[in-house]
Amino acid sequence: MAMTIQQRDYATPQRRDYDTVVVGGGLLGASIAWGLARGGERVALLDEGDTAIRASRANFALVWVQSKGLGMPEYAGWTIRSSDAWAGFAAEVTDVTGLDVAFERTGGFSLCLSEREVEHRAQTLKRLHNQPGIVDYDAKMMERSEIERMLPAIGPEVVGGSFCPLDGHVNSLRLLRALHTGLAKLGAHYLPDHRVDAIAQRAGGFALMTGAGEVRAAKVVLAAGNANMTLAPMVGLKAPMRPERGQIIVTERLQPFLKHPVVTVRQTDEGTVMIGDSKEEGITPEGTNMGIAAVEADRALRMFPVLKTVNVVRTWTGVRVMTQDGFPIYDQSETHPGAFVACCHSGVTLAANHALTIAPMIAKGALDLDIVGAFSAKRF
Amino acid sequence: MFQRVGKSEASVIISVDGTRVTARAGDTVAAALLAAGLTSTRTTPISGTPRAPYCMMGVCFECLVTIDDVGNRQGCLIPVSEGMRVDTQKGKREAGR
Repeated sequence: MAMTIQQRDYATPQRRDYDTVVVGGGLLGASIAWGLARGGERVALLDEGDTAIRASRANFALVWVQSKGLGMPEYAGWTIRSSDAWAGFAAEVTDVTGLDVAFERTGGFSLCLSEREVEHRAQTLKRLHNQPGIVDYDAKMMERSEIERMLPAIGPEVVGGSFCPLDGHVNSLRLLRALHTGLAKLGAHYLPDHRVDAIAQRAGGFALMTGAGEVRAAKVVLAAGNANMTLAPMVGLKAPMRPERGQIIVTERLQPFLKHPVVTVRQTDEGTVMIGDSKEEGITPEGTNMGIAAVEADRALRMFPVLKTVNVVRTWTGVRVMTQDGFPIYDQSETHPGAFVACCHSGVTLAANHALTIAPMIAKGALDLDIVGAFSAKRF
Repeated sequence: MFQRVGKSEASVIISVDGTRVTARAGDTVAAALLAAGLTSTRTTPISGTPRAPYCMMGVCFECLVTIDDVGNRQGCLIPVSEGMRVDTQKGKREAGR
């Protein structure tokens, strides 16, 4: 007798309606979906395929506070809120998935290689802290001698720097994996290869047209990174973006020697050293630029001469999700009630906020403007 | 485990974890370690499980050892030389070594 084998077919999920469909399966979309699913919503998470340009797989994995908010003091407060919530969020992720995302709040540094850099850094922090309405947080300049006690591997060219005890880092690749593992456990449906072509408003919600069929939900959250630029206008929203290229160098695994992340150099929980922080605008995502890698490597060597004999195992390029002014956008549509947009550069740092603060607002159907009103795209 | 074939050539003295080992001229470090009877030449960086040379042609990176104070070197690609100091590697390489 012939047997039929029931195959799980992701391309044609059973037609069903969702409470919320989140567009974008990176850290931002997965964090929001996590928050919605843990609150009991029926959630679908739409994603592109493996070849999608994905900042979540190319980032530097800092959970970072210092420097955030110059030009928009509310962003500093929003960042600190997430930094404060991160330990609890990491514990929850481990609890649900059994995966340790290696979150550490060790405090972090920005290092300066000349007196001019020290002066510039001090002025930046001063301007940041002098803004009206800023949440005052502990980021301070440090002398070389003080830094050396915490980072014994610094080279003779390091003359000073800034330190913020709120800074930390995480294993962001494992975070992405853990969020997806957890989403499955929480009952959310992950639908890869569902690139959204069009969104239509329907009675009681939205229909999203994708290459793999139509998905319907009462609410829709756009969390598709730079692609929000084209998706947002489909539901009466706007998301002005300016993608930015970044390049990272990764070394072989080393015994731990760097206890605190530096904004451009950090040692991961598994021992590799990541060197990065380059910024280029208006360039295609493909390929690496040797000139930029050389500058990154040179600065890292001057900061930590011990890296001189270390082997590089990878270099890569990623595209940052960046709004026109660099600050996040959280907005809800006036013409299409139930449609939301979320854009941010710091999907790692803000993951706790997205799961624990933004998602509950979306579940209730409206953003709390006392908390996120400053981040509306109306500012553009 | 391994036995030498062919007739003996000139010998080269190296040290392995501080112990004097006689190798043959033309041996790679990995071949010399296997001929000396080592069954494991490193432990892995994350789980700490034992590893030994495998492909012997520079592809698999299982033969990593510390040679003359430089860690993570591919033993199968480096010929032995008189007085060479080879140390089996425990887990990750140390920065600066």
